[in-house]
Amino acid sequence: MHELGVVFYIIDAVTETAEANGVGHVDRVSLEVGEATGIVPDLFQEAWRWAADRTDLLRGAALSSVSVPAMNRCRACGLEYPAFPAGPTCPSCGSGDTVLAAGDDVTIVSIEVT
Amino acid sequence: MAMAVDERERELRVIEVRESVFASNDRAADELRAANREDGLFLLNLMSSPGSGKTTLLTRVIERLQPETTIGVMEADIDSDVDARAIDEVGAVAVQLHTGGMCHLDAGMTRRGLEELRAAAEDAGLSLDLAVLENVGNLVCPAEFDTGATKNVAILSVPEGDDKPLKYPLMFQVVDAVVVNKMDVAPYFDFSLEQAEKNVHLRHPGIPLFPVCAKTGDGVDAFCDWLRDQMKLDA
Repeated sequence: MHELGVVFYIIDAVTETAEANGVGHVDRVSLEVGEATGIVPDLFQEAWRWAADRTDLLRGAALSSVSVPAMNRCRACGLEYPAFPAGPTCPSCGSGDTVLAAGDDVTIVSIEVT
Repeated sequence: MAMAVDERERELRVIEVRESVFASNDRAADELRAANREDGLFLLNLMSSPGSGKTTLLTRVIERLQPETTIGVMEADIDSDVDARAIDEVGAVAVQLHTGGMCHLDAGMTRRGLEELRAAAEDAGLSLDLAVLENVGNLVCPAEFDTGATKNVAILSVPEGDDKPLKYPLMFQVVDAVVVNKMDVAPYFDFSLEQAEKNVHLRHPGIPLFPVCAKTGDGVDAFCDWLRDQMKLDA
């Protein structure tokens, strides 16, 4: 269900870009998907197929994605380290004052059109 | 060979987009926050697991704030209107939003719900001070989509366990306060309020926790005081 919400956003954003560029059909949408977004790839593809095929612009369009690792940044010592499996405690200085610095978003990188 | 020629003749074109999927929702949320502030309306987004006591807590809060504050509630559920009727019984304006299978509300849906709630209040001759969004019961998706709320609050109920902030980190990172509900049954569960506080503060240092029993109303006054302060600060 969560995947479907993200898919609806992608369709809206891609439709906007397509209209601005006078595009009739999109063949592929390429994404970067953060590791900490909680998106399940199989469900994501299923939601995409269901929703994309209901539009003329994206009927049959492929969805490809590259995974972006989740990175934490320690506000105490400045270290950036993989968020999994280390978690919120900085492996270098032991501070708990860390923030998720990357891997929490979905970015539409490009679309292939004909 | 013929295939390769066809491929070339298709004139494939790549258009760079580079847009964050959450960016358009974030923009809509910021716009809604600014508009509400202008109108003097405080929007509280209440999130939790299903069955943690969102509606019960809300009825207690409404009973305490109602005399001085005009309150409206948006009940978001995948289906049914049982929660909206419960709120209606304590005398606040309520509208039921059906998400049509979606597990969260975004800023656009919240804005449309708010328009509906305002219209319902106007029909009753009221002007709202506080609107509460009772989000879909779920600790994952609602945390990802900014609704445009002035403040976000999560309820953690005792039977869920004090480790929930570790399992659902984003939820506890985005909220401004946590209400710990069902404190009356704490002796029957392995739930430590101290551990819950530690786990919440790992995700979001310094935010307040309010231990309550929504059923009896114990502890709800302290949460209402916090809410009043937040409303004053935003005004």
